[in-house]
Amino acid sequence: MTDLAELYQSLIMDRARKPRFAGRLETFDAEATGDNPMCGDRIHLFLQRDGTKVLHESRGCAIMTASADLMAEAVANKSAAEIERMRAAFEEMVKTGKADPTLGDLNALSGVSEYRSRIRCATLPWSALADAVKEEQPTNG
Amino acid sequence: MSAALKSMPFDIAKIRKDFPILDAQVHGKKLVFLDSAASAQKPRAVIDAMTHVMEAQYANVHRGLHFMSEKTSDAYEAVRDKVAALLNAASRDEIVFTRNATEAINLVAYSYGRSALRPGDAIVISEMEHHANLVPWQILRDQHGVELRVAKITDDGELDFASLEEQFADGKVKLLAITQMSNVLGSYTPAGRLAAFAHERGAKILLDGAQAVVHRRIDVQAIDADFYVFSGHKLYGPTGIGVLYAKAELLEAMPPFLAGGDMISSVSYASSTWARPPARFEAGTPAIIETIGLGAAIDYVQAIGFDAISEHERRLTDHALAVLSDIEGLKILGQAQDRGGVISFTMAQAHAHDIATLLDRQGIAVRAGHHCAEPLMGRLGVSSTARASFGLYTLPEEIDALAAGLNRIKQVFGG
Repeated sequence: MTDLAELYQSLIMDRARKPRFAGRLETFDAEATGDNPMCGDRIHLFLQRDGTKVLHESRGCAIMTASADLMAEAVANKSAAEIERMRAAFEEMVKTGKADPTLGDLNALSGVSEYRSRIRCATLPWSALADAVKEEQPTNG
Repeated sequence: MSAALKSMPFDIAKIRKDFPILDAQVHGKKLVFLDSAASAQKPRAVIDAMTHVMEAQYANVHRGLHFMSEKTSDAYEAVRDKVAALLNAASRDEIVFTRNATEAINLVAYSYGRSALRPGDAIVISEMEHHANLVPWQILRDQHGVELRVAKITDDGELDFASLEEQFADGKVKLLAITQMSNVLGSYTPAGRLAAFAHERGAKILLDGAQAVVHRRIDVQAIDADFYVFSGHKLYGPTGIGVLYAKAELLEAMPPFLAGGDMISSVSYASSTWARPPARFEAGTPAIIETIGLGAAIDYVQAIGFDAISEHERRLTDHALAVLSDIEGLKILGQAQDRGGVISFTMAQAHAHDIATLLDRQGIAVRAGHHCAEPLMGRLGVSSTARASFGLYTLPEEIDALAAGLNRIKQVFGG
């Protein structure tokens, strides 16, 4: 079971069981949902733009839930541009399996790279966040 | 198949040797394949039959006047007889080759649905249909103005006949389209009783046999089925070949589904006339090699015999239900009295996707997700399940390996 423990390491299991950023914000600037039609996973997240704050309601596997929770923590107080950079770096990291020093705890998910069918579980929260970030952009003519 | 072949004892060791892939290793572990309900593995006889036709006697069918075309046409058409025998159809002309069960249902929805059904007529399906027996009817509803109704299932995962009665009460129902075995719950529906029920109320019945045909002897005449569909690839045959059985008088009255070569009687720029069934519904060059592969698969299962296959799988299912019930936190969905070797479950400790990934690392293949039955998932109050399904090559030891794997997952997830 050593190779099993690689993916489901303690940080992931901890966040999947006891997410720190679960729930919905009372006031928020944007919200977005993400669905994985293959497995029925679903995330609903809420974004407060001022000093970026994210909460999520996740119904899905341990990888998706942990990814959403670690993401919510990592993007706190980050700018839209920085979030987009992190999203791209995260997608690269889970595809290649190469840890990225700028991603901190998010590197816990690098093991997903060896489970091709599960990469989408890890990236689903980031896709939803990208949608939410876009949605909140003010449309100035 | 001859009586001598039918009386062969069920030799599981020999059967497993017939399936080359069962020796494979996955992640350094012996493959334990428990996903046959999605698609079954193929015996050597099927692989060889397909290779042989390409190596020794291949040409297009129904058009050449040369030796190879005649040989290939004979081999191709012989499979129609094998399918007719498999289903006990009254005539070989009642067998239409399609790509799979999905295409067969689409054919009926498009051709029969638009010609025999009128706006205001109703179609009834059940709560435990595969998307293949739901979405084509939704499209027919939206484009043709028929009504689509859903009969409920009980909490045990059986068809609720009281609900079915209600759906039929106003006399508008002209077609009952229903699975013979749920790909999620493993429940069988009483095909003969349903056919009689529909006929008494002036409706036709379409049975989705994609799961059932693999496990039981099917007799469309005894059932009195109007339409029966299945896929070759779940019956140990290749992908790309499926079957629509329909009563001759229904096929005769149905217009073409796809148009092109092979399905015409005569063609001019002004108009064309259609060939008689089944050719009317087989436009274009068919899946020749796959059809011949299906023929080999039918020969294979007939030689073992459905009595032996059913008995083996019944024992596997009983064993699986017993060992899985012993796992704390594991919940089996559906408790139908009449059920087969398709078992969906959830675990309190782990999501279905995590279960599938962790089992895969132990060499065990199961399916996880909504199993192309999203509305049923909603009915059961889950978003997804893990599913173990068995075939004629499955060993009781493989079910024990599944149980051991699930217990290890409980440890990882701290259950």
